[in-house]
Amino acid sequence: MYTQSATIDVVTAVEIVGLTKTYRRKSAGKLTTTTAVDGLELRIELGEIFALLGPNGAGKSTTIEILEGYRNRDSGEVTVLGVDPQQGDAAWRSRIGIVLQSTKDLTELTVVESLNTFAALYPRSRPIDEVLELVGLSEHADQRGNQLSGGLRRRLDVGLGILGRPELLFLDEPTTGFDPEARRHFWSMIEGLRTEGTTILLTTHYLDEAEALADRVGVINHGKLIALDTPLGLGGRGKALATVSYRNASGQIVEIETATPTQVVRDLAAANAGELPELKITRPSLEDTYLEMIGRESE
Amino acid sequence: MSYLAICGLRVRAELKTFFRQREAVVFTMAFPLILLVLFGSIFGSQDEIVAGTPFVNYFVAGMLGASLMTSSFQNLAITIAMERDAGLLKRLRGTPMPKSAFFVGKIGEVMVVSLCSLSLMLACGVLFFDLELPVDAKHWAVFAMIYILGITACTMCGIAFSSIPKDGQAAPAMVSPIAIILQFISGVFFVYSDIPTWLQRVGAIFPLKWMCQGLRYAFLPDGAKTREVTGDWELDRVALVLSIWIVVGLIWCLRSFRWRNRSDG
Repeated sequence: MYTQSATIDVVTAVEIVGLTKTYRRKSAGKLTTTTAVDGLELRIELGEIFALLGPNGAGKSTTIEILEGYRNRDSGEVTVLGVDPQQGDAAWRSRIGIVLQSTKDLTELTVVESLNTFAALYPRSRPIDEVLELVGLSEHADQRGNQLSGGLRRRLDVGLGILGRPELLFLDEPTTGFDPEARRHFWSMIEGLRTEGTTILLTTHYLDEAEALADRVGVINHGKLIALDTPLGLGGRGKALATVSYRNASGQIVEIETATPTQVVRDLAAANAGELPELKITRPSLEDTYLEMIGRESE
Repeated sequence: MSYLAICGLRVRAELKTFFRQREAVVFTMAFPLILLVLFGSIFGSQDEIVAGTPFVNYFVAGMLGASLMTSSFQNLAITIAMERDAGLLKRLRGTPMPKSAFFVGKIGEVMVVSLCSLSLMLACGVLFFDLELPVDAKHWAVFAMIYILGITACTMCGIAFSSIPKDGQAAPAMVSPIAIILQFISGVFFVYSDIPTWLQRVGAIFPLKWMCQGLRYAFLPDGAKTREVTGDWELDRVALVLSIWIVVGLIWCLRSFRWRNRSDG
């Protein structure tokens, strides 16, 4: 058991102990209760990029909104940058940055006008030009919100999120609607924030994104954390058997599952004189591992 | 940055947003003006409510009140509902912005929009319908009082009402009929004392009736008060009812205001 002390507050970005949240809804005169978060435990260190994965309705959004101070919890202990989000004041809010899911606002203001209006709210905001550069909106600075494509609008959301130099940044599905080039650009921006020491809590449906960016991933399902590891270690996939496959002389694909793929390739090379057509070594992708995990859970 | 500077930026952002939305400008500022010119021309100056005072003057005074309600109540009830739906309020709530700065921004916007609208209506009334400006300092003072109390009461109600429609799209369909019905039973399109007593009673619950009555004091000759229900302008009662609405509206706001969409929990 922790006693809450200053040391713990300083070294931990997010600390969640026994978090529960239940929704009560009245539908057709009947009171139904849904447990969205069910005894969740999670700790995110300062400077870490953490990806929270999970299917829709798993309790991801509820958890994030509790951390952001939008929702009150039923029970459990939560601190974000050492502060209980339910008691978060303006000083606390100036230390976090929030990129919400799917926004449709700020349609009439230009990108620069929106950034200027919000910059005034933060005590040590970044220069507007720097933000424009970081999110790749310099060429669209004078366009109004409703003239931006979905991907560019999302960049504005991210720009508004990092405007105040947050210590902790929440990114809720930040790259939805991005083309591949914009996603790469976004990833390199996140790397830049990492070197500045920003802690990032990311949710995404793109598992390659989680793999590229996150130091650790957590998988949440039915309101509980069911896995927590590095992207490579998740579900033991780093240690999982590799598959060596190639097309043999009679045109069939041969697949060999092995713990020692290097040796298998060496043996194949010795036994075959020329190139082996379509030779490849694969391991379960993060996506395979994740889907298997979620599938097993719902059975 | 200081609180005042933040509020200043909010007001600027609100005004830019308002004036760049053509529908909002047409609906809030041009529509009352068109109604004024249209009905003003139809009514003409033949019918008199008392000797020497044509009905059109009664109507113009009422339309000034209606335009105040449009720039405050209707404007806010619809735009805040839409902005809540679009996620602006949730976004703002996630920043260190003091909550009150949002409301200061809205109030500032309403002040500017209502003054613009009122000036246009007044100019139109004077130019085309022989509207006489308030005759002395006391009449001007009552005009100012109705403006301040009326706009404040309607602003409170507009902010509070914005939480009622289930989403932004439903807002205009809920707000506009209420505003139009109130105009029929509050002494805008018809002489208030001529409508059935039960409708008078309904109208008298709401601020618009009292705003129009105060504006008639400011803009009509004193003799026109014989057409009021009690034969008097009842200015103290006007001030009292509008003040009560300010308090009721404020409490209603504090109890009902939501930063998030209903479907968002």
